[in-house]
Amino acid sequence: MMQLSCPWCGAREESEFVCAGTAHIARAPLTATDGEWGRYLFLRENPRGVHLERWRHLFGCGQWFNLARNTVTHEVLAVYRMSEPPPPLPGSRA
Amino acid sequence: MKYSALALVRGALTGGRHWTPAWRFPEAKSRYQVLIIGGGGHGLATAYYLAKNHGVRDVAVIERGWLGGGNTGRNTTIVRSNYLFPESARLYDFSLKLYESLSRELNFNIMLSQRGLILLAHSRHDLDSMARWANAMQMNGIDAQLLTRRQVAERAPLLEMSPQARFPVLGGFMQRRAGTARHDAVAWGYARAADACGVDILQNCEVTGFTRDAHGAVTGVLTNRGAIAAERVGIAAAGHSSVLAKLAGFALPVTSYALQAMVSEPVKPALDTVVLSPGTGAYVSQSDKGEMVLGASLDLFPSYAQRGSFAITQSVLAATLAIFPTFSRLRLLRQWAGIVDVVHDSSPIIGATPVPNLYINCGWGTGGFKGIPVGGWTLAHVLATGKNHELAEPFQLARFVSGRLIDEAAAAGIAH
Repeated sequence: MMQLSCPWCGAREESEFVCAGTAHIARAPLTATDGEWGRYLFLRENPRGVHLERWRHLFGCGQWFNLARNTVTHEVLAVYRMSEPPPPLPGSRA
Repeated sequence: MKYSALALVRGALTGGRHWTPAWRFPEAKSRYQVLIIGGGGHGLATAYYLAKNHGVRDVAVIERGWLGGGNTGRNTTIVRSNYLFPESARLYDFSLKLYESLSRELNFNIMLSQRGLILLAHSRHDLDSMARWANAMQMNGIDAQLLTRRQVAERAPLLEMSPQARFPVLGGFMQRRAGTARHDAVAWGYARAADACGVDILQNCEVTGFTRDAHGAVTGVLTNRGAIAAERVGIAAAGHSSVLAKLAGFALPVTSYALQAMVSEPVKPALDTVVLSPGTGAYVSQSDKGEMVLGASLDLFPSYAQRGSFAITQSVLAATLAIFPTFSRLRLLRQWAGIVDVVHDSSPIIGATPVPNLYINCGWGTGGFKGIPVGGWTLAHVLATGKNHELAEPFQLARFVSGRLIDEAAAAGIAH
């Protein structure tokens, strides 16, 4: 089981959290074409390596935060708040 | 050589010395008509149907590891076609029908056992939605039968049916033609049959890139064993589809998750059907070896690690014991995970990619094993003819632009 560090509560077991997928996806404008809208809604990089993702401490403080996590080793490289830009990481898309 | 009871007797009498390898280990040629990336069930079935249905025999299957070492060897071996929408019903029932004749077709015993699959209803809402589900199946010409509480109890006597049950069983429904098949045998059977048609199976051969012409069309692949040219390339790589798509320069509506399964120590026959309880997440059958095979729900965070989290293991075991309390004495023998390719509508993608000459079969998510025959059949069709197979027409990438999704909540069975 992974242990994740909530920025407010500290290290807790994975089962207290839910993952809400890729972070930093910019909402497509209302003028978007069907193709752009479909890309925004559905297409994901789904990297084998570092992934920037949103998590929520659902069975805890209920707060949202971001993780930079390796999808192969599950190693957490960074924890940062929703309002913060992703930290510089080797191999990340940021 | 043809496998038969007679060959078995002859083999026994001659000390088993006449057996030959089931497929060759050829060197890669520099060029093929069609290349298929992924030596699991879907890739091998594609190769076989290319040769069998379309006469395209200049084919190679490229596999990074060993045959059937990915999800084909990691699933719970269950085949069924209890889907909701007409498009899915046609696709999955075609697959089940191919499974029904596959042992004879391939001259390889895939040990298909149509022992039926029971879905349990634990609430009034479950009863209503299962009635709708079973009716939809019957409308689509697929066998489905609603069961009363008593009928469920008769079919699976070890189920917790006491008044104190934490999850009372109010009834359920059954697909009698559903069941299990030996997963490795499906890969080996297709591999042997494809090899006999002249298909080269290249194991330990990892794709590292694609070669492209001036118009961007794919002209072959780069591998750790050198470049291989091809007129058309098909991808059948399940959870690693996004990695290959990225090498080719496009993105897919796919997220890769770990899906785990586990088996108990083998015991004498105790459960002669497949039991799925969508409400609790328990998915149980007994293998021919006697192990209780437990399927899980997804580890719901993106992962390429072929191991599952203990948080999910624990919830699966808890769910299983809630409906089969007597299994609490069993010891767990093995637990593992495969990386599955989940798309938003839980339906596969079989057809062209944005890159010319490159085709894909992916998006089966947690249910790829049952789709192996039809996945191979339809990918082979589009690779050979350049046109989508009629069954695969609704399952194109374009649906993620048009919005015509085939949202198969039923596909998951277990919560997605």
